[in-house]
Amino acid sequence: MKKLLLPALLSVLLVACGGTGGPQQTGAAVEDRSGAGVATVTAPGVTGTGIAALTDPASILSRRSVYFDFDSFVIRSEFTSLVEAHGRFLSQNPEMRMMVQGNTDERGSREYNLALGQKRAEALKQALMLMGARETQIESVSLGEEKPRCTERTEPCFAENRRSDMLYTGEF
Amino acid sequence: MTRLVESFRTLLLLVLLAGPSLAAHAQLSIEITGAGATRFPIAVPVFENEGALPRSVSDVVRDDLERSGLFSLVSLGMTALPESAVPDLAGLRGRGADAALTGSVIPLSDGRFDIRVRLFDTQKQTELGAIAMRVAPAHHRATGHRIADFVYEKLTGLPGYFSTRIAYVVKSGPRYELQIADADGENPQTALASREPIISPAWAPDGQRLAYVSFEAKKPVIYVHDLPSGQRQVVANFRGSNSAPAWAPDGRRLAVVLTRDGPSQLYVVNADGTGVRRITTSSGIDTEPAWSPDGKWIYFTSDRGGSAQIYRIAAEGGNPERVTFQGNYNVTPRPSPDGGSLVFVTRSEGRFQVAIMDLSSRQTTILTDSVRDESPSFAPNGRMILYASESGGRGVLAAVSSDGRVKQRLSIQAADVREPAWGPIPRH
Repeated sequence: MKKLLLPALLSVLLVACGGTGGPQQTGAAVEDRSGAGVATVTAPGVTGTGIAALTDPASILSRRSVYFDFDSFVIRSEFTSLVEAHGRFLSQNPEMRMMVQGNTDERGSREYNLALGQKRAEALKQALMLMGARETQIESVSLGEEKPRCTERTEPCFAENRRSDMLYTGEF
Repeated sequence: MTRLVESFRTLLLLVLLAGPSLAAHAQLSIEITGAGATRFPIAVPVFENEGALPRSVSDVVRDDLERSGLFSLVSLGMTALPESAVPDLAGLRGRGADAALTGSVIPLSDGRFDIRVRLFDTQKQTELGAIAMRVAPAHHRATGHRIADFVYEKLTGLPGYFSTRIAYVVKSGPRYELQIADADGENPQTALASREPIISPAWAPDGQRLAYVSFEAKKPVIYVHDLPSGQRQVVANFRGSNSAPAWAPDGRRLAVVLTRDGPSQLYVVNADGTGVRRITTSSGIDTEPAWSPDGKWIYFTSDRGGSAQIYRIAAEGGNPERVTFQGNYNVTPRPSPDGGSLVFVTRSEGRFQVAIMDLSSRQTTILTDSVRDESPSFAPNGRMILYASESGGRGVLAAVSSDGRVKQRLSIQAADVREPAWGPIPRH
């Protein structure tokens, strides 16, 4: 039960964190360095609203994470039913779009980890397509080591970060 | 030149420079953790009439030279040596200075100052050169850096890097900032603030534009950002991930990594985002491109051989050639500005360290000694390498000379600093 609840909770959190609000104001003074100055820009956030049916903890669809072994891109058998459920949902709802975000632990180069995360995202996308999802419905991207869910330097924490997350339309 | 190089031997010297005040922006403070033992002794006394300036210029010169790890300063107390007269060179030599900088400050009617300096070799009893500048008092630091560059170049034969800028990313809580500071950590300014990560800043050769990867769209997208105006342009936002921008030496094209055709592969794209052309064709990971200074080669990291190793490919494409063979994790290749060597990150026994390879002999030397060193970036004169490291559980920047002797640490209080990129020598 515990095992089921945790990812569900996390996915709710994930959705809750989806809306990052409007642009921030920065009061940073800009120095004129005779043409060599730097103007401050604030990156706009992305605002999204979750879809209730997909975040109901009672539904398997509220589970959005698939975890990977160290240096591996193979989807473990324990996630078969989860991948099957999401693949079937996408197949039955062709208007829905999904972003699969691959993640890695923090060890090693950021850009190389970005590429490793992409492999994890792509592996999940291919598995979802085997379950009936269309290629055009899913975009696989990587966050590399940049958005760790767990920030301690322990093996359980590293394992928590080696994962792919599934986000639906409105959540990204 | 040879004398100066010969003088960097033995011992480590610990010098602690006081960190400047933390103003509205958290500032990088620089700590020198290692230097050549026998440093070149030079006298840089106060300039004649320097009290007319609201802030000292010769202080900036002395700090720059000392921080480089190549010079030791011979103090003359408060005695000024006017630029207009040849000083007592034998006397200066007797006080241990092998070189001396004389200087004068002359107020001008428009509020600016005429600053003149002259450099002497006390052993050969000759003048090495002189420069004069008309400057506004607000530019006292920039003036000091230019004078330090002049001294450095005359005495080492290499261009100075004191007038350059560095870019880096500061993470403070949920906030990410791409900051630009002078090479000494002064004048930090925020170019981009975001709630999502920013990685891989890369300076255009013009020193005005930065390419980087921002996750503000919940996925990696490559931007080119004009610093003075703050104008940003999306260079690559294809389906999938877009990352690892690297400017071609011509400043008109970038090598990038895209996954639009499947795996992470190298592409070359014009700086305005047009003309995308695929360069590598492997079924695995090809990433972290970096151009050779002559523009002929692109170095990159690939797992095509079963482990992460460094390869290079002709910039037009072709058959890649493997460059690293030792160990099973060699990543982030960065060629030196003269093209003669390559720095990269190597993993051994779980430690990630910066290494340098002589590209003709293929001999490799490990330069750093901590456990999480990454993202190396050469100073434009090739003498120093800036990289990301860790100290006390926080991200810090560190610098090491290409011979491994001079070491510095740059940190910001209570924030993580990462992803450094050393900018080019500005065009004056």
